[in-house]
Order: sequence, then C-alpha cells, then structure tokens
Amino acid sequence: MRAATLRLRSPRRVLSQLPHRNLIHYGQLYPSHVPTNFVQKSLLAVGSGVAALRDPYRHDMVAVLGETTGHWALMRLRGQMMRDPEGCTILKERPRIRISTLNLSHMATLPDGCLGREYLSFLEDNNVTPDSRAEVKFVDNEELAYVMQRYREVHDLLHTLLGMPTNMLGEVAVKWFEAVQTGLPMCILGAALGPVRLSSRRFQLLVNTLGPWALRSGNRARCVMSIFYERRWEQNLEELRRELGIEPPPQILSAALKKVPSDSAY
Amino acid sequence: MAASVRSIARIVLSDSRRKALVMSSGPGINLTCRVELGGSRFYNEDHAGRTTSFGFETVSEEEKGERVYKVFESVAPKYDVMNDAMSLGVHRLWKDTLLRVMNPLPGARLLDSAGGTGDIAFRFLNYTRSRHALQQRAALRSQQTPSWQDISRDYASGERAVKAESRVVVCDINKEMLTVGKEKAERLGFGAGVSWVVGDAEELPFDDDQFDVYTVAFGIRNVTHIEQALQEALRVLKPGGRFLCLEFSKVSNPLLSSIYDAYSFQVIPVLGEVIAGDWKSYQYLVESIRRFPDQETFKAMIEDAGFFRVQYFNLTGGVVAIHSGFKL
Repeated sequence: MRAATLRLRSPRRVLSQLPHRNLIHYGQLYPSHVPTNFVQKSLLAVGSGVAALRDPYRHDMVAVLGETTGHWALMRLRGQMMRDPEGCTILKERPRIRISTLNLSHMATLPDGCLGREYLSFLEDNNVTPDSRAEVKFVDNEELAYVMQRYREVHDLLHTLLGMPTNMLGEVAVKWFEAVQTGLPMCILGAALGPVRLSSRRFQLLVNTLGPWALRSGNRARCVMSIFYERRWEQNLEELRRELGIEPPPQILSAALKKVPSDSAY
Repeated sequence: MAASVRSIARIVLSDSRRKALVMSSGPGINLTCRVELGGSRFYNEDHAGRTTSFGFETVSEEEKGERVYKVFESVAPKYDVMNDAMSLGVHRLWKDTLLRVMNPLPGARLLDSAGGTGDIAFRFLNYTRSRHALQQRAALRSQQTPSWQDISRDYASGERAVKAESRVVVCDINKEMLTVGKEKAERLGFGAGVSWVVGDAEELPFDDDQFDVYTVAFGIRNVTHIEQALQEALRVLKPGGRFLCLEFSKVSNPLLSSIYDAYSFQVIPVLGEVIAGDWKSYQYLVESIRRFPDQETFKAMIEDAGFFRVQYFNLTGGVVAIHSGFKL
C-alpha cells in the first residue's frame, strides 16, 4: 500500500522539478524568453526609452530598449561573426562570461599587461562583477538572443581593451566605439544622449580627443564580438590591441579620465 | 430544518478546529474529527497530486501557493503605483464604491483579508470616523441641553472618542505587502485602529464570530481553495455579519470585452516591465483574472458556503464585481 502511493506521487513531483518544463509554455525559445508581438515590442521600446531617459540608473530599461530595437543590428552582427572563423567558433560553443565560468585565481597569477590580469584589475578597481548583466528576454530568435547576451558580457572587456573607466566619460567613449562597431540603436542613442550629462571640461575632452579616437578605432577594428576572449587571457593587451586594430588610448590629463571618489555618474 | 442542520454542522466544525488549534488533551479523537469533517488538506493522501491553475499554467497546489507568494513579494514595493497606472486611477473609485455598499456604522469591526497595502482598511476608517463625527454633530444639534443622567454617564465613562472606535484587522499571507501597508499607515496617520496580521485566508488565525464585516479586495482569485476561504469567512463573521468581495469578473458586452482583453494582454505586462521591472507577475495577473469564475458561478459558490442574500453589483461594465452575502 505504502509503495503504491509513493509511485503514484513521484512522477508529478519529478516533472514539476524539471528545469526546462516551462520551455513548452507560450512558445518560449530559451529559458528567459518572453514572446511578444509587434504591438507589445513597440510599447516596450517607447516605455523603456522614456524610463531610461528619466532614470539612467535603470539598467534593465536600457537592456529592454536594446532588445526591442536591435533586431536588424543583431542580424548584421551575427552575419559578421559567422564570416569570421573565430566568431563562428563562438556561435557554436556559446561561451558565457560569469564568475562561475571564469578561473579568477588563475587569472590573478598572470603577469601584468595580460588581458586576463588587466580585466581582473578592472573588475576590482571599479567594483563590478560580470554576473550583474540582465538576461535577454524579448529577442525572438535563440541565436540572436545569445549574440545580445554576448554583447552585454563583452562590454566590460571592451572597457579593458579601450582602457576606459566606468565613469560617465569612459562609458560614453565606450558607447561611441560600440555604436560604430555594432550599430545597435540603443548604443547610438546612448552615444548621442550621453554627452548631454557631461561637465563642459569633459565634454571638450570627448569632442576633441576621446571621441574621434573611439570612432576611428571602431571603424578600423575587427569585429570585437568575434574575439574568443576566454582563450586569450594570457595574451598581452598591447599586442591584442595591435592585432585588432585598436589605437592605444590617448594620453590625456589622467585626472580628468580617472574615476574620482566623488564620481557617481559624471 | 436545513438551517438548523447547517448551524449544527458549523458548530461541530468550528468546535473541532478550535480544539485542534488549542491542542487540548485527547489528540487522537481530535485528529480523526478533523479528517472526517473535511480538514482533508493535512492528512489526506489523495490531495498530494491535485493540480490547480496558475494563470494559464497548470501547477500543483503546493506550487501555486509558493508562486503566488513570490509574485506578491516582488510586486509589493510598486503595487500602488502599478494599480494607478494599470487602471488609470479607476481602482480608487471601485474601492470607494465598495465602502459605499458596505456602509459601515461607527464601532464596526472589519477584517480585511488579503488586504496587503491597506487601501480598504484606510477607507473604512475614514468612512466610520466621518460618520461618527456626523452623528455627534447631529446629536449636539438635537439636544440643546444634556440631561443630568447624560452628564453623569459621560463624566464616568471618560474619553468619548473611545466609545465608538472602529477597528480594522488587515490580514495577508505576504509579509512584504503588510510591510508596505504599515509604512503607508504611518505616512497617512492611521497608526491606531489598524492591526496587521500575517495569516492564510484558507486558515484564518482568529476565533469564531469575531467580525462585523469581512472584505476581500482583489485577493480571492489568488487563493488556492476558494471554497475554504469562503468557509473561513463564514466562521469568523458574527451572526448578522456581512461578507464583501471586490474582484475582477466577466465582461458581458462583446465590444468592451475585446477592448478589455487587448488592453490586458498587450499593455498591462508592458507596464509591469517598464514600471516594476517584472513582466511575468503582471502576465500572471491578467491570466488569473480570466481563470476566475464569472459573477453567477461565484455567487453560487458563496451560497454553497452558507451565506444568505447573496447578490452582486457590476462595476465598469463587469470589469469588476462586488459580491455580498450575509451570515445569519
């Protein structure tokens, strides 16, 4: 009797605990997918744009804006990645940059000047973690969703490659670079509206030195999404920059560029 | 005849529950009483595999409780903002209408079940206090000079305000919602007169025959066993007490219904994502509205639980309905 009731109960329990059970619902293509139609996407794009402009700290709104407006740009990016052999490998293997997948202790032992060591210093100096990126929700294609997720995770590495801190000026410079490289409307919007919040001194810096440098590098550089960073931790950063075609960051007043303790956004 | 049988059954039921709660001697007898008289949730093996609806999904009953808890835990901080955004402020009119239908007297005791952020509780207190003030003014106008009996009575009793103090108990299963409600109460100045209790609507932590009015506003569709919640409502109400339920219901007009559906499924989850950063909870909200029984079915459920003079009032063309019943 007891054995019979146990058997009756277990199948349902097991089913309810399977992690991918919910993939069957609503036409979900990946675990965090929320299928939306054109009307919902348009409303989301407008709403998230307004919310992001009103409160720039709403990173989730910036993410939603990027997802709902980036379909064409993501397709172009994927095409670029497929034409590059390294990019093709990334699309096949789908690496993720997360605390759990990075070998931080090994990276700490690497010599200074290596990509891995510089990336680790960047994470520590700016007190950021690769796990803080939101999951992609509104992209209705599984591969394009991965490309979007990869773009978000590579963002910190771009900061390292370009040598830019995470204050407003550094972020705008990286956005200009990304806008040229990826063509995502969210990057273009961020690049256009970001400078509005800069102080006049930093605005001058951006327009005269940093901005043109970022645009030039973005134009000349290879598609940064096609680089398999996880296999290049030991590579020297300067050498990587030369290989990719990124000019070294301009040597301007370090005080203006460095992140000051009073810097929360500016 | 039927009424007396029902009342006997009610007394026996409430008796056994009270004994079980107090954990008095003779546990064996109490437990069997409980199982026989429908306390089947706890000891009946058959219920382990039962499923219920969570929006348009089908989940096990245990899972529904957990998931509903998580939904309200995540929406609690932005609950009031979202209510205003989704209903364009009309939810305030619905709640005001509920109070007008209730028409409570000063001194009434209200249990606001699934009362979360306390909207009904605060309106109730405002209503009874203003009514009390009106009564006092009317009394003063009619009696120019109080008699010596009145003077001595008021002198002995002390504070006049304490005499007809209305009290509200806000009960909710979710601690986050109650926390938001408590902060709101302090901000609006409703410190005294409101108690905040954590409790499950299917198993209320109150004795029998305690409250004059029981309300549940936009909460009963989240309960796993609606019949049990209705029975608990019957139990805690005093004889002569009133049950009131404000809930989303079926829109009969086809044009309004199609506009309402389009708005619900296209706009509300988007608003949830943009304002609260939570699409899934608001998707659950609109789906659970569709899954809730319509006005007539719910009326029959309330009658089955043992309420009398059950009626409903449609608001906004049936988008929302107020169901009312009395315990006799």
